[in-house]
Order: sequence, then structure tokens, then C-alpha cells
Amino acid sequence: MPADSGFVRCLGKIWHLYADGFRDMTWGRPLWGLIILKLVILFAVLRVFFFQPVLAGKTDGEKSDHVGSELIDRAGPATYKE
Amino acid sequence: MTEAALVDWSRAQFALTACYHWLFVPLTLGLAVIMAVMESVYVARKDEFWKRAAKFWQKIFGINFAVGIATGIILEFEFGTNWSNYSWFVGDIFGAPLAIEGILAFFMEATFVAVMFFGWDKVGRRFHLASTWLTGIGASISALWILVANGWMQHPVGMEFNPDTVRHEMVDFWAVVTNPVAVTKFFHSVLSGWMTGAVFVIGVSCWYLLRKREVRFARASIRVASIVGIVGTLAVMFTGDGSAIHVARYQPMKLAAAEGLEDGGTRAPFSIVPGLEIPGMLSILATHDIDGFVPGINDLLDGYTAPDGTAGLSAEEKKERGDIALQAFRSYRENMETDPDAAAEAKKILEENAEYFGYGYIGDRAELVPPVGMVYWPFRLMVGLGCFLLLLMVVVLWLEYRGRIEKYGWLHWTAIFSIPLVYIAGQCGWIVAEVGRQPWAIQDLLPVSAAVSSLSVGSVITTFCIFVAVFTLFLAIEIRIMLKAIRKGPMADEVQTESGN
Repeated sequence: MPADSGFVRCLGKIWHLYADGFRDMTWGRPLWGLIILKLVILFAVLRVFFFQPVLAGKTDGEKSDHVGSELIDRAGPATYKE
Repeated sequence: MTEAALVDWSRAQFALTACYHWLFVPLTLGLAVIMAVMESVYVARKDEFWKRAAKFWQKIFGINFAVGIATGIILEFEFGTNWSNYSWFVGDIFGAPLAIEGILAFFMEATFVAVMFFGWDKVGRRFHLASTWLTGIGASISALWILVANGWMQHPVGMEFNPDTVRHEMVDFWAVVTNPVAVTKFFHSVLSGWMTGAVFVIGVSCWYLLRKREVRFARASIRVASIVGIVGTLAVMFTGDGSAIHVARYQPMKLAAAEGLEDGGTRAPFSIVPGLEIPGMLSILATHDIDGFVPGINDLLDGYTAPDGTAGLSAEEKKERGDIALQAFRSYRENMETDPDAAAEAKKILEENAEYFGYGYIGDRAELVPPVGMVYWPFRLMVGLGCFLLLLMVVVLWLEYRGRIEKYGWLHWTAIFSIPLVYIAGQCGWIVAEVGRQPWAIQDLLPVSAAVSSLSVGSVITTFCIFVAVFTLFLAIEIRIMLKAIRKGPMADEVQTESGN
């Protein structure tokens, strides 16, 4: 189908834009190295070892209960007046 | 009650990350406009000089973009880990804008940045120009959604609190997006980025003039950057005026702290520095009326009645309403499954007092006053530097049009040393906005002491120190790469291209 071949040709052009762009990079190469290093530090080190979401693994109901309890416990003594 | 050190370290960590992120964003926003204007001139005139100029600033843009990219993600890590109560409490109000930011703006930037850098010889001139403009527009749209989320924290609108889920639920998306605080903040922040980009380009160009190299390029860059910078600065001043009106209306304590105004009134004076005031000016800035009433810190704590009859509750009255709201919330949570009637009654009381929910966490009324010195002085620094930088850009542009810009070495040095000043002005703006709204994570609804997660202080200090080390390293790398690119100059790429590299 002509429409399909046009679409495939378009995809091919996009592929070549990126492939040729990365291959012909000069000053951009160390920058990509920097980006990859940063993403590794962010996601493989900081996210895994230091920034685990406190509410991760809980159902929505459990999250509501957890935060609800936290908000009540943090309040001053006036909140406990009958 | 929450440990004060935990709140302080968590805030310090978030502030560090946000300030670091804001080192990169404004330059991205400003350079995007300057390089797009240069490329537009190239497409219009078909003069290769303008293509070289645009390509050089795109290279600097690329370095800044590469180092700055994903620094905002760390803030999202912190929301989940350090501010989990806050993250859950804000519900989809925060999630929706951030999701749109992630999907729309990020992919827009990623697509058009690639065409901009890789597409010079692959796509038509006009398509490439459109990609360059869309890269900048994508960055601005990205900022829009972040600032919509931030604006909501300063002035929460378009939501209802659901005590079953303990979350705020969006009931009016349009109200959230057109929140006047968010709209003003967006233009104020993005246009301050134009200032940053302009001062950066002028400073670098003046360095070339000092070295007597790349003179045509430097003068052309100064001309474009000065115009972009002057337009940006004037618009920043205009939006700053709008911001003052909003702060006076929605966050009067922030305004009182920024002015060091203990006792307010009509014809309130604007403090230039302690002891030097312009009578009536603060009333004009805050209400656009010299007889407008501006409450001071003591008025806001003790309660007041303005001449037009508008009354402001005292801190004690607000705390009382906050206690009632929290007590009702507690009662609702206890009874929601066992006693529907009691729960319904509690919910009704909660809804009646919901706007003061956060005041239930305030122990001493002094907690409601932000650190005045940390708001007063950064505000003056921001405004003073903004005026100085506007003057600099006007002088530089005037001398450039007169053809005398190359003769003034002292002006070149001033422009070079102004680069850090424009960053200081931008950081001061955020300090005024964020320190000024303390103790609130969400204005009137949630103080930072309730928003913070129950973590050990030691773990927060550890991550703070890791961030200091990592951020310093990456910043040093960026400055080094950028200085190297600047030293090589705009002709370096042409030499490489011509040699087939």
C-alpha cells in the first residue's frame, strides 16, 4: 500500500536522523556520557538505596489510613478535646 | 509532634535541590529564545553568519540542557520519600499537572531537541527553525505545569478534601490551570529566564570583545540578547506587580515579612532599606490604591478590621478553627465505619472549617511568621539586581547601536561579572516565594511539620550531603565543558565540520 510505504519511509527517515546524529556527534559525545552517568546515579543509586517512597507497596486504602493516622498524630493536644 | 531538625533538614534538602535545578532552567528558557531569534534571522536573510551564531548558542544550550536534565526528577523522589504525607494529601491536584508535564512537554522537548541538533543537514531550513522554536516552547510548557502545581500550593483552588481517602480531589481543572497565582508565576519565572539568557550571552560576548576576537559575532549576539533581555526584564517587572497584588490578597503574611512591616495601615510605606521608606508606596504596589489597607505582621496575628470593613481573623481564632477541623477529621476517621450519623456530623463540621485545617498544627502563633530577614533582604536584592541588569542591558544596547561597544573595557568586565548576579537575582526570587510562605507546604491547609515523612534525621542529612557532593561535581563539570566551548568560540564547529569530523 502506498500509504504504508510512506509511513515506513517516514519511520526510516526518523531512524536515520537519530542514528546518523549519534554517530556523527563530536562535542555531544561527552555530554551523553554525562547524561548516562547522571541517570545511573539517580535511578540505580539514589532511587534504589536512598529514596524509596514511604507509601510504596501499600494499597490506596492503606495509604489513606497511614496518612490519616499521621495527620491526626501530628496534631497538638487541642485535637483530642472531647 | 514532629522533630524540628527533621523538618529543617528536609526543607534544606528540598531547597538545595530546587535551587540547583533553577541554575539550569532559566538559562535553557532564555537561550532558547535567543538562538531561535538568530536562526530566524538566518532563515530570513540566508546569511551563514547567523547560522554559525545560532549553532554556537545551541551548543551552549545543549551543554546546559545535558547537565540540567533530570535534576527536577530528584524533587519528585523527595516528594515520595521526604514529603509522603504531603504527596498523598495533595492527591491528583499535583499528579495531573506533573503527568502532563512529563508526557507532553518532555516528549516535545526530546523530539525537537533531536531535530535541532541532528537535523541541520537532514531537514529543510524552515522545519529546522520550527523545531528550534518548539524546543523553547516545549521548555516553557514544561515550566507551566510545574508552576501550576507550585501556584496551587501558594493559593489552593479547584479542589475538595475527601476525608475518606485523606486526599484533595480536583473538582475544577480549569480553576487549577487558570489560578491567578500560577499564571502570574509562570510569566514571571519564564521571563526571568529570558533575563538570565540575555545577561549570560552579553557577558560571554563581552569576554570575546575584551579578547578582541569574534567581534562581529559578539556584537550581533549582544544586539539580539539585549533586546530579548530588555523585553524580558520589563515584562518581569510588570508580572512582578501582578504578583504583589496576589501576595497581598492570598498570602498577606508573606508580603508583611517581605516588607518587614510590623504594623500595617493605609498609605503603607515601601521600605527601600531599613530607615529609608517611600510613603504610601506599599499600598500602591499591594492594592493599586494609595489609601489601600495593608496589614502588618501584628495585624495578621492579632486580627484586624480594614477601613472598608474587611475583617481578618486573629491567629488564635484561626488556630481554634483549625483545631475544630482536625478534631472533626479525627472523629470522622474513628466513626466512618461504625457510626454513620456521627461521621456525617463530623464531616459537616470539617467542611465548615476546612480552609483553616492547617492551623490545627500550629502550636505557638509565632510559628505563623516566616523568618523576616530571609524574605526582606532577598526581595531587595532581587529587585535591586533586576534594575541594575536592566540598566546594563540598555547601556550595552545603546553603545552597540552607536558602534562604540568595543571601546569600554570596564563595561565588558561589568557584563562578565553580571552573569553570577542574574543567577543570584533568580535564586532570591525563589527564596522570597518559598521562605515567605512558611510555615506552609500548602497555604493554610498543611504546614511543613505535618507534611514531612517520619524519617530518621540521620538519613536526611546523609542524602543532603550526597546531593551537595554530586551537585557540586556536576556543576564543576558543566562549567568546565562550557568554558572550553566558549574558549573555542563559534568557529570551532565550522573547522570540525570542514575537516569532516
